[in-house]
Amino acid sequence: MQLETFQLIDRIVDLDLDARTIVVEADVPPDSHSVFTGHFPGYPIMPGVLLTEAMAQSSGWLILGLTKFERMPFLAMVKEAKMRGFVAPGSLLTIEAKIEHEGSGFAVTSAKVRVGKELKCNAELTFRHIPFPSPDLRVHMDAMANKIGFPLQAMSNG
Amino acid sequence: MSSTFEQIANIIAETCDIPRDTIKPESHAIDDLGIDSLDFLDIAFAIDKAFGIKMPLEKWTQEVNDGKATTEQYFVLQNLADRIDELVAAKNAGTGTGS
Repeated sequence: MQLETFQLIDRIVDLDLDARTIVVEADVPPDSHSVFTGHFPGYPIMPGVLLTEAMAQSSGWLILGLTKFERMPFLAMVKEAKMRGFVAPGSLLTIEAKIEHEGSGFAVTSAKVRVGKELKCNAELTFRHIPFPSPDLRVHMDAMANKIGFPLQAMSNG
Repeated sequence: MSSTFEQIANIIAETCDIPRDTIKPESHAIDDLGIDSLDFLDIAFAIDKAFGIKMPLEKWTQEVNDGKATTEQYFVLQNLADRIDELVAAKNAGTGTGS
């Protein structure tokens, strides 16, 4: 994770466009990171809003793949977000997301965050997606896709 | 079996917390019921699931923006119910309408 630039996930482990699923990993920063200074003093745990954002970014990459990078997803709704257990600094997160519904101009996903086998949180997320509103954003997302190992061959197979 | 209007009225009442008895066939989802675009996403999700269709919201929005259709054609609930019936019929006929 690079919280300063709001990069919440580190690598894509699996992308299956036929099954409409994605698995990603994220390395939670060490307890020396400033985010834990206030959350919380003497008891550092990963903020739930950042775990929710990690689920959103994971889902977003799945939607980007399904739309062949022609449309950019934007988080519109978070439902049933459940923080089931504390996430400690330095944890390795495994995040799974799947498409629950593909609507016209929107998509609904369900996502889960695990540390090891333990389910830490889950939510249902709704995204609006629109044609890329800025060429710069498209360039950025292409660079990010490369950085996190987005399997471009999955789109040609999908 | 309840009518299409009855089903979408129930969905709207539940999704948007609007009293069911205030939702009429002649109600305009936006102008009369005050449903905003985010709530309508939720409604579209529920309608798509309930009827096994994909409401072409982007196409409808484009038609309204281009002046080729009015919001009443899609957002007055009896008209919306008629559009849904058309989509269901097209799906059952195997023709599809795209999005």
